[in-house]
Order: sequence, then C-alpha cells, then structure tokens
Amino acid sequence: MELLDNLATGFSVALSVNTLILAVIGCFLGTIIGALPGLGPSNGVAILIPITFTLGLDATAALVLLTSVYYGAMYGGRISSILLNIPGDEPALMTTLDGYPMAKQGRAGDALVISGVASFVGAFLATIGLMLLAPYIARLAYKFGPAEYFALYLLAFSTLGGIASNNQAKATMASLIGIGIAMIGQGASGTARFTFGNLHLLDGIDFLVAIVGLFAVAEVFTFIESHGKSSSIGVKLDKVRIPWSDLKDSFGTMIRGSGIGFVAGVLPGAGASLGSFLAYMAEKSWLGSKGRFGTGDPRGVAAPEAGNNAAAGGALVPMLTLGVPGSGTTAVLLALLMTLNITPGPTLFTDRPDVVWGLIATLIIANFVLLAMNVPMVKVFVKILMVPPAILLPGVTMISFVGIYSLTGSYFDLLLMIGFGVMGWLFRKMDIPTVPIILGILLGGNMEDALRRAMTLSDGDPTYLFSSPIAIGLWIFAVAGFLAPLYFRRVIKKPQAITD
Amino acid sequence: MTGDRVFGAVMIVLALGYILSATTIQVPLFPDPMGPKAFPYLIGAGVIVCGLIMVLRPDPEADWPAATALLSLAFATIVMVAYAYSLKPLGFLIPTAIASGILSYQLSPRPVPAVLTGLGLAVGLFVLFKYALGLGLVPFPKGWF
Repeated sequence: MELLDNLATGFSVALSVNTLILAVIGCFLGTIIGALPGLGPSNGVAILIPITFTLGLDATAALVLLTSVYYGAMYGGRISSILLNIPGDEPALMTTLDGYPMAKQGRAGDALVISGVASFVGAFLATIGLMLLAPYIARLAYKFGPAEYFALYLLAFSTLGGIASNNQAKATMASLIGIGIAMIGQGASGTARFTFGNLHLLDGIDFLVAIVGLFAVAEVFTFIESHGKSSSIGVKLDKVRIPWSDLKDSFGTMIRGSGIGFVAGVLPGAGASLGSFLAYMAEKSWLGSKGRFGTGDPRGVAAPEAGNNAAAGGALVPMLTLGVPGSGTTAVLLALLMTLNITPGPTLFTDRPDVVWGLIATLIIANFVLLAMNVPMVKVFVKILMVPPAILLPGVTMISFVGIYSLTGSYFDLLLMIGFGVMGWLFRKMDIPTVPIILGILLGGNMEDALRRAMTLSDGDPTYLFSSPIAIGLWIFAVAGFLAPLYFRRVIKKPQAITD
Repeated sequence: MTGDRVFGAVMIVLALGYILSATTIQVPLFPDPMGPKAFPYLIGAGVIVCGLIMVLRPDPEADWPAATALLSLAFATIVMVAYAYSLKPLGFLIPTAIASGILSYQLSPRPVPAVLTGLGLAVGLFVLFKYALGLGLVPFPKGWF
C-alpha cells in the first residue's frame, strides 16, 4: 500500500520529540488565538510567521508549528462564541446561534464539550479526506500546463471573490489591487516595474508585510474605533461533564457537517466560514421541525463546528496540491511555504514527501492533542479569554512590529505595514474584502507568468487558453463561481458578510 | 453612497496613473509575445471597470465613525509611525512602553491600567523575544549602560 508507506514516512518525521513539542505549543497557542475575539486563524498565523523565521526553524518544523496553530484556532473559535456570544473568529460565527442560547440555559459546559468533539470529528475526517484526495489531485495537476494554471488562478479569484463580499465589483477590485501590487519590483523576468526609482521597491512588496498589516494592524484600528467595546462579561462556566446522550444524538449531524464542510473547504477560495454556514443551514433543513435550531439545540453547535473544522482540513487540499489556497488562512500558510522556498503544487508530493506526509501525520496527532486540550482542559482557555482587549491589542501591535522589523530590518517595511493596516480598516468599513488582496499579491506573479508562457507557447494566440478540456472545465467553474453568488444571494439571506 | 463613489473615482485615477506608468516599462531586447506591459494594462483596465461600477451603482453608505473616533484613529497611526522610527535609535523598552501605553489608553481610557499595560508589555515582550525566542533586540539607547 503506497498510502501506508507514505503515512509511515510521515509519522517518522512527526514522531520526533521536537516536532511533537512544536505541535503541542502550536495547538495551545492556536486555541488561545482562536478563542480571543479579535484574533482569528489568519491574523494569528500572520503575526507568528515573522517570529517563526527569526527563530530559524526548518521548513517541516515551521509548517508543523503553524498548521497546529491553524487547527487550534479553528477549535478555539467556538469558546468565545458560546460563552460571550462573540465569535472568536469568523468561521465560529454560526456557533453563536445555538451555543450562546445553550450557555444562557446553564449548559455552557455541554456546549463546549459537544462542539469540541464535533471539531475533532470534522478535523479528523477532513485529515483522512486530505490524505486520500490530495495525492490524486496532485497526479491530475501534473497534466497542467500554463493555460490550465492561468484558468485555475482565475477560478481561485472568482470563487473567493464571489463569497468574500456582497459586491462582485468590490471583490474583483480587491483581487486586482493585489495582483497590481504583485507587479511591483523586479520579477522573474528581470524587468523593473513600478519602482519609481525607489530601491526598496526593487524586490517588490513583501507579502508578509501586507498580510500582517491587513490582518493584524487593521484589527487594532477596528478595535480602537469601537473603543474596545467587547465586554469580557459572559456566561459563567460551572462544571464540565460529558453529555453522552447529546453526543449520541448529534453524531449523525457531525458526520454530515464534516462531509459538507470538507467539500466547501476543497473548493478554491471558499474556506471555513462557508463550510460552517452550509453545514448549519443543511442540518437545519435536514432536521426540519425535529430540530430546535436557534434556541440552543446541541446539534446547532455540532453542525457548524464539524463543518468549519472539516473545511479547514479541506482547504489544505488545493493549497498543497495546486498552490492555490482555499481560504484566507491557507493563503497565509502559502506565503509561509513560498518564503521557505517550497513551491506547493503537484511536484511537492514527489520532491518533498517528508514535508507533505510529515504535515499530514502531524495533523492527525494535533487533532488528538486538541481534543484533550479542548474538552478536559477547556477551563484553562476560558480563563485566558478574560484578557481585556486593552492589553491584548497593544500586545498584538508590538508583536507585529517586532516580527516584521526583525525579519526585514527596514523602516520602510514598517511604514508599509502601517499603511496596509489603515487600508485594511478602510476596506473593511466599505465592505471591500481584504483576503483577495493577499491572494493577489501571492499569486499575481505566477498568474502573469502562466499567461505569458501560454502566449509564448502559442505564439500569441489567445484561443490556446481554452485548448484543453481541463482548461475549459476550469473556465466554466470560474465563471459559475463568480456568477452563482449573484443568484444565491437573493435566495439565502446571509447573516453577515462571510470571510475568513 | 458617497464613500463608494469617491473610492471608485480615486481608484480610476490611480488605475490611469498605473497604466501611464506601465507605458514607461523598458521592454527587453527579445521580448515574449506578451511582454512586460500587457498584464499591467489588463489590471488597470479591470480596476477602471470596477471603479466605474462603484461610481454608478454604489452600496448603501458605510457606517463612518464620528469625527472624534477618526481623530483617535489618526492619532493611533501617528503613534505607530513614531514607534517605527524610534525602535532603532531608542531601543526596544522605552518606545514599546510608551506606544503600547497610549494604544491601551485609547482602547480603554483609564490611565493607571494603561501605564501598567505599557510597562508590562514592554518588559514582558522583551523577555519573551530576547530570552525565549532569542531575537537580537536592543533594550536601551546606545551608550546608556
């Protein structure tokens, strides 16, 4: 069995003392990051990336640490959803709908346990799905030429844009701004563009600077504007016991939610928020009048948590196999890989099996660690949750500054980071999504490269872009992904703009 | 309404500048069929289309903050810029204590906890970065100790 051989390779990497310690640290930090309102998986991972580099961790170690943070944040998001009625991060939004009513009925402990187990089921099944599906997609992607890659990048932008905003023009604008920024500097072709004689711009704009600015610094501005109005007074948590009968009742919900979430995660650009949203809505209509959704139904916390954690795993599939991230956080992880000189894509599976399978094995281990942390030890995180924003957010700012400064050592990058922070705040006000900007900065260069190579191969014939069945299929999905939300938006009224 | 319109118009102007700047890109001696200019032209054209849509069909007005909130945001930005410039000449501890103290006060206007937050974060983060993570931070301005 090839799969078992690969897994054995993975576990031989993952089961070293160092890797395990990093996974435990990552899970712990991740759960805290997820639980704290104002810090989610994408900005949590973003502020940690520069620090990871300055620590000089190797590729596998850095990836293990940060994907553990990623999985941990997906688990942790539910804690403040349930106790404070404030989603700890965007994907945990749906969990407030039934989690907070449960907590008000004095069942906060039950809600935390059920959602913790649901997170485990979702994340575990998604990791299995990742293991089975990823090598298959990687083999398929071997056949991709520049025309297919160009269509694939378009697909990523169109699906992400369709979901991230309520306004297609704004989402497209955001993608184009990102791609436009990616053109700055001396790219692979060696032609200096848009540098205006500024030496700092010759190397282009570092996407880590943009990521930390748009995600972390912008968050600080948003909090200052609202005067840190997230009161830390929530529902009290008395004792945590395991509600066996509820767990048994919601088992089917967890499995269904995981399946829906995984598929939503695999779609390029869709991500965890969509996973939890679809899982909740599907379960609500599946149960019909048998469910008491919205009033504290345990299945109402099981569905979105299974959904968002499964989507988190699913989102790793396109990121690892195609180099196209399925969500905001996987975009940040892609930035990490690119900075480590690892190019995700089909060749990653043959060139660096230690990285891929080590990562998968770590995810399996991380899930068990997270289950232990999030069910028996959940009270520890509830205590940490009480850190007021007036301490947390200045801390986030300082960590961002030190991280970027120790990475690049330039004032220019710090000023650029502040600029991206202001931009992030402004864009969020105007309902312009910021994740497409990141995706644009990350993929813009590759996208142009694919297009130019396609034109070189075909001697400038644009019909070459539609010359293979795979390319045509990707174009159809891209157009459908862009147009579908225009239709569905009228059918389903979203609770609020969904991004992650 | 107005916000979207102004933003759309500004982006159109920026896109025109982007395209204008792209015309000056030096083309290598033996270019590929597309060359280094075509893709930036496409991006600029796309931004102009999106900008026009925003001008013609704006969303409902965003919930803009009051003037006082805008002022405190501007002040926070100035504090961050000053912090960026002071890290090297003044070392880590003093600028961090001042900047995080001010930001903390802006989030929750109580002076004593803000001062304590500033001092605590400066010392705590310094210990974390310097000793736990091994970053080469300079604590004080050169020549103090």
